[in-house]
Amino acid sequence: MSELLRPAADWELQQMVAGCIERGLPIEIIGSGSKRAIGRPIDSAITITTASLRGVALYEPGELVMSARAGTPLSEVEVGLAARGQMLPFEPIDLGPTTGGPQGAQTIGAVFAANLSGSRRIQYGAARDHMLGVKGVNGRAELFKAGGRVMKNVTGYDVSRGLAGSWGTLAVLTEVTFKVLPWPESSATIVYVGLPDDLAIELLCAAMGQPLEVSGAVHLQASVAGRLEHPGLREMGKSVTAMRIENFASAVASRKERLKEALKVYGKAFELDHRESLEFWGELRRLSVMPYRPTLLWRISTKPTTAPKLVAAIKRYMPAEALYDWAGGLIWLEVPATADAGTAEIRRVVAIHGGHATLIRAEPNVRASVEVFQPLSPAVERLTRGLKEAFDPAGVLNPGRMYANV
Amino acid sequence: MTLSKLPDPDQKVLAQRDTIVRDLEQLVGARAVISDEEGRRAFESDALTAYRRVPLAVVLPASTQEVCKVLKYCHERRLKVVPRGAGTSLCGGALPAEDAIVLGVSKLNRVLDVDFDNRTIRVETGITNQAISDAVAAEGFFYAPDPSSQLACTLAGNLAMNSGGAHCLKYGVTTNNVLGLRIVLMNGEVVEIGGPHLDAEGYDLMALIIGSEGQFGIITEATVRILRKAEAARPVLMGFASSEAAGQCVAAIIESGIIPVAIEFMDKPAIEVAEEFSKAGYPLDVEALLIIEVEGSEDEISRQLRAIAEIARPFYPSVIEASSSPEQSARIWKGRKAAFGAMGRISDYYCMDGTIPLSRLAEVLTRIAQICGQHDLRVANVFHAGDGNLHPLILYNSNDEDETRRAELAGSEILKLCVAVGGCLTGEHGVGIEKRDLMSVQYTQEDLNVQMRIRSVFDPDLLLNVGKVFPLDAGEKSAAAEAA
Repeated sequence: MSELLRPAADWELQQMVAGCIERGLPIEIIGSGSKRAIGRPIDSAITITTASLRGVALYEPGELVMSARAGTPLSEVEVGLAARGQMLPFEPIDLGPTTGGPQGAQTIGAVFAANLSGSRRIQYGAARDHMLGVKGVNGRAELFKAGGRVMKNVTGYDVSRGLAGSWGTLAVLTEVTFKVLPWPESSATIVYVGLPDDLAIELLCAAMGQPLEVSGAVHLQASVAGRLEHPGLREMGKSVTAMRIENFASAVASRKERLKEALKVYGKAFELDHRESLEFWGELRRLSVMPYRPTLLWRISTKPTTAPKLVAAIKRYMPAEALYDWAGGLIWLEVPATADAGTAEIRRVVAIHGGHATLIRAEPNVRASVEVFQPLSPAVERLTRGLKEAFDPAGVLNPGRMYANV
Repeated sequence: MTLSKLPDPDQKVLAQRDTIVRDLEQLVGARAVISDEEGRRAFESDALTAYRRVPLAVVLPASTQEVCKVLKYCHERRLKVVPRGAGTSLCGGALPAEDAIVLGVSKLNRVLDVDFDNRTIRVETGITNQAISDAVAAEGFFYAPDPSSQLACTLAGNLAMNSGGAHCLKYGVTTNNVLGLRIVLMNGEVVEIGGPHLDAEGYDLMALIIGSEGQFGIITEATVRILRKAEAARPVLMGFASSEAAGQCVAAIIESGIIPVAIEFMDKPAIEVAEEFSKAGYPLDVEALLIIEVEGSEDEISRQLRAIAEIARPFYPSVIEASSSPEQSARIWKGRKAAFGAMGRISDYYCMDGTIPLSRLAEVLTRIAQICGQHDLRVANVFHAGDGNLHPLILYNSNDEDETRRAELAGSEILKLCVAVGGCLTGEHGVGIEKRDLMSVQYTQEDLNVQMRIRSVFDPDLLLNVGKVFPLDAGEKSAAAEAA
């Protein structure tokens, strides 16, 4: 059992990291720990949680900016934003429930450390796109800052954005500053049912090409749609293809009609009103259609138009169920559990079609024995190791969480 | 002049000039190498013309492979390389050195692939920013980042500086619109990062490379996002009795939930000059003027403009002119677009680029006026208000040495002020040579060390765009710290 440390101040964290460097002890870095089942397992004697580095440090609604201590629960951040009618536009996905962890527990620091975005990413960008600045402690026990609190800033390298998605292997974030946006006044969702994958993705790409700012574009295969909470959609026994329009109420009303008009060759559309729409996209954010169970869950990023072919190619090797997000650019793929997680076949197919794949859910012994994150090209791997060396030469921060020796 | 100090050229390198030119000609052909005095002189500066250095030679490769060859050669001989797009940098980012090779990407300007279904375009990076949008305009698409030099500036330069533009409040800056890169490192190695898909695997190398001011490698190709153009866009012009009221009005609009595509601010001196040259019909009895543009369908635009007028009411705008026709829109924009040029016709100016938190706007504008007053200089402000990116134009006479010196002093005081109120030295122009020595105002030595170590990962021998971004002594301090 690893010892759990809870620094309550940056200097305290700095001292703890310094102590571990001195004693050569690897540290597991966590926020709430809701994503501990993702990535390669870490063998560490010390766990440091940012949970006591908590609170909103700055919030200027008129400037669309907030700074929060890294251990602030995401829910607290979102409640604070909602009180002023604002939101995190990238709609961070909650991987807790689907990986057997708690729901709604993740911290804001972890959202950026893992670069987690949800369906709205297709229109508004990823978590990393909203990152403005960070404070943190690197693996040299140095307290540093990067970026700032203003929207436009090219003063020096973009180090804060560069730390997004590094899963705590380069630095422990203590504070993050990010861009927020107003909640749209209203929304609606247009749904087509029963479309095969290829036609559905074609439709979603056509929708994204309209000047209507579609802010969500998903396709759920019939088996996946059968797990939706929305009774009408669940009970149809058919695939569900959905697009979200968000704007002022009057604009939503006209834009949804124009979207249906543009897509009329694909058949009859159903509509979800604002309330139903919020619930539907909320379900997707929790990934509740991919519930926790002893199957494997892969996350594949690819070019949207390639996605159906990629899924079909994997299906030649193994049974698979797919949820397509980002107009097809993101595939959540559930496959049966096997010792090697289907890695060889899935990585081969992804290599042929382009993109990258991450094994999000698997037993610890499987995650310890296969590459969980996409293997890197030799050149990128060399740069990756170089960055690890620059930030954490002793290799004490989350060692091996993403890649062996990184 | 209190210009940034430039390192002395290496005499040994200068002595080998003929050999180096011959070798380069052999590598990429004589037509791709500029070695005569007059030819090289054309590359002696960028848009920050106070600094001039004639480079050792200029190479204009026509393929990634040629870029590799040149860099590999320079790496082996430890020759410094200065990357160059169109040379429109306002911070001396493309300033050559006498002992360095300028590597220009202007011949790498082809569109490689347009994919409307996936909304991406793959291009060589010597293409101009405008040409990317032009390549997809017929289908109703555009490339969003729009720096004001977009007719001339290259994507390569935009990537190096992480360029913004007037519309980034809504569409983000360069880094938010790039999906993939092909970069050649100093040792000649080609690295592919990302692709037509979203969010590259592993560490976010793309985030680090974009905005690295040419110090990490030469980007030869990129896949960028293209977006469907809104059906229409129209501005509203509003005049206010104080900068404070205008600033508060901007915050109130943003907080109301409306995100305009552009919010431009001009103060009285800027309005007067712009009006005199453009005859746009701007009110001359106001202290501040806002031009706010919204987009969407005609009906959506009308509703948003009405909503903005309503939100502005508590700030007592003395003028509200919402455009109702393309002609009227063009006229409203005419003065703003002419502002920099008009200013240039009445005086030399020094254009600053600090960003501040919008809530400190009134206070900062007052302080800027005081600072310039103390130095006996005039200043005009034209800037992107939505994101707090200021562009104070300090007017001076470049033939007057003392006035030039005072302009530089005032500029550096203004940038320090921007940092002091929670902002930064540069919002979109970059650090380059110009703001290099002010970096320690914004960052501690440890913050700078974090950045400089990243640079060493990409370019361990420190041969790319040397002498920029970091104070010259920062490297020594960092080396001493590492040794200790």
